[in-house]
Amino acid sequence: MSHNQVVQEFHPRVHEAITNPQIRANFRKAMDGLMDKRQLAFPSDDELQRTRELAAAIRLRALSKLPELLEKLEANLTANGVKVHWAETGDEACKIILDICNEKNAKSVIKGKSMVSEEMELNHYLEEHGIEALESDLGEYIVQLAEETPSHIIMPAIHKNTDQISDLMHEKTGTNKSRDVEYLTAEARQQLRERFEKADVGVSGVNFAVAETGTLCLVENEGNGRLTTTVPPVHIAVTGIEKVVENLEDVAPLLSLLTRSATGQHITTYFNMISSPRKEGELDGPEEVHLVLVDSGRSNIYQDDELLDTLRCIRCGACMNHCPVYTRIGGHAYGYTYPGPIGKILMPHLAGLDDAKDLPSASSLCGACGEVCPVKIPIPKLLVRLREESVAGDHNHDNSVVKGRGAKRKGMEPLIWKGWAKMHKHGGLYRTGTGLATVFRGLVPSNLGAWTNCRTAPKLAKTTLHQQMKARSQNNAASQKKDGGDQ
Amino acid sequence: MSARDAILNRLRHRRDGALTAPVSDFAVVTEKQWNETEKLDLFQQKIESVHAEVHRVSKENWLEKLKELLAEKQVKNLLTPMQAQVGVDTRAALKEDDVELLAYDQPIEGWKAELFSNVDASITDVRSAIAETGSLVLWPDLDQPRLMTLVPPIHFAVVDADQLKNTFHEVIVSEGWVSEGMPTNALLISGPSKTADIEQTLAYGVHGPKELVVLVRQ
Ligand code: SF4
Repeated sequence: MSHNQVVQEFHPRVHEAITNPQIRANFRKAMDGLMDKRQLAFPSDDELQRTRELAAAIRLRALSKLPELLEKLEANLTANGVKVHWAETGDEACKIILDICNEKNAKSVIKGKSMVSEEMELNHYLEEHGIEALESDLGEYIVQLAEETPSHIIMPAIHKNTDQISDLMHEKTGTNKSRDVEYLTAEARQQLRERFEKADVGVSGVNFAVAETGTLCLVENEGNGRLTTTVPPVHIAVTGIEKVVENLEDVAPLLSLLTRSATGQHITTYFNMISSPRKEGELDGPEEVHLVLVDSGRSNIYQDDELLDTLRCIRCGACMNHCPVYTRIGGHAYGYTYPGPIGKILMPHLAGLDDAKDLPSASSLCGACGEVCPVKIPIPKLLVRLREESVAGDHNHDNSVVKGRGAKRKGMEPLIWKGWAKMHKHGGLYRTGTGLATVFRGLVPSNLGAWTNCRTAPKLAKTTLHQQMKARSQNNAASQKKDGGDQ
Repeated sequence: MSARDAILNRLRHRRDGALTAPVSDFAVVTEKQWNETEKLDLFQQKIESVHAEVHRVSKENWLEKLKELLAEKQVKNLLTPMQAQVGVDTRAALKEDDVELLAYDQPIEGWKAELFSNVDASITDVRSAIAETGSLVLWPDLDQPRLMTLVPPIHFAVVDADQLKNTFHEVIVSEGWVSEGMPTNALLISGPSKTADIEQTLAYGVHGPKELVVLVRQ
């Protein structure tokens, strides 16, 4: 990862999280609520499954024409007066945004929620260059006040309870300490309104970019997204290259599944579709609109038929809401922008497996994520694939596109497995090997690394299965003989 | 090579070869059809479930209801359109009233502070409405700009019952959005502004209106 993130080891972070009762309670409560709400939002399983089929097909259709659709999107947006920029990396995207700000002499940027901007750490970048970047989504605002990162892709401040937020706002903004959520919200509204009035640039994410019409769609409840994209004189939208869809009608089923899967809402308060800057004579809206298309590893994922499914994601967060691991350790323990199941299949590409090697194995493979995913991403299958990639033991993936492949391969391990394979191919070797193992069974150490951290070491049986079976058939034969003799 | 060309180049030369597009069967969306009564009931139920206030009124007496609501909510000034019929009728009906009539008749830059702090409520019409999700469909324009439905704490929206469509998909297709060409901004509004970012507790009016009042004219 880039600039400021200190990537701490995964396991100590997890340990810290599971032993923190506050984190456990906050996440448990929130995830239970979200799972119930989602279920209520899909009263008909038939409708749910058919809409998932459709949504998956829409996303796959878009990916199957990705280069053409990106060009079409660019052409239509350009014709509408929107400036389109391309960035290979997050840093490049930050630089593009900084250049636009500098050109406009901008000193303050107000932001709508955008996970891609989190991914590229835009706020830090702008601040390092003397531009203040303020989050306006309430959850993001809270997280920013706390100098933290979001712990969930839809609900950034889900790890905090009301008391913690009240204390934080009191300390940082001087509000009264209060458990009254209405009061806290009204205070934040006031604080942010003043900033909206003065902001030079608004930065937002994009939920769907429609190639057919050159339209940027934003899904939100608060209205901060609409303010961000309407009040400041310049609007910069930033998105991953995979967010494009082919036709305008494609957004209808995607929107319906996105909001229901995410929070169980039949729709969000606002669905905001932006196709151009302020036109001649119009009385509000930005004079300039920019779109920054960010690759940052996505075109790499795109090369591989199996990994490609990762790019169907519409960032609803349902997979984390239903993940038994996420529910227990929360979002921060993962240590990356995208936590939970989607993070486990996405971050190894964005950050490289050498960096994110622990993520694919941080799963029980229970399958809940794949079952709820609105675009039917086979997340468990992709986790297994990334585990294979991390030990690089499978010759099927020799021409791999995964960055940092083989990061978990250890010196002795391949040799041991080679020996294991050889032994299993040769009957004689196998019998000698297992026979010897039982003879020296007392020598199995009680400390077997990661395995014995939370389990006892396995004990070998006194005799091998083959020996037991042999003894058994001899016994049987003997007793049959005896029976036969009596007749 | 520019970033653009490098990215497109990688996408064009996929290691695993070209992809084929699967068929998309929209039946699960298009088969959602209700009759007029059902549509209205569903619309009302859905939009009320997200905290909007709905009043069914007749085409003749809707302004009476509006006056009543303005008084009840102690609205001192009201931002109205100048050209849309809803605005013309409202202005005529409230001429003698105590409610001050405001107009969005200059670019936002000229009156940002005033709009942000001194406007109590606004009234607009809608382009259509959606039964399935209880949504208002708006294409803001010169007469009813974008911030008109966002900044004032109360938004009154006037909907005619025959403007109701089944689904968002039907709106896009039957109104020919693609062939007509998309406006600067198209918008669905379903309820007042809200957040659940503080411990999943719902609070309204976080950035936009605290109240959305829908008058359905039958
Ligand atoms: S992987 Fe699926 S469930 Fe998870 S965020 Fe993406 S779309 Fe939602």
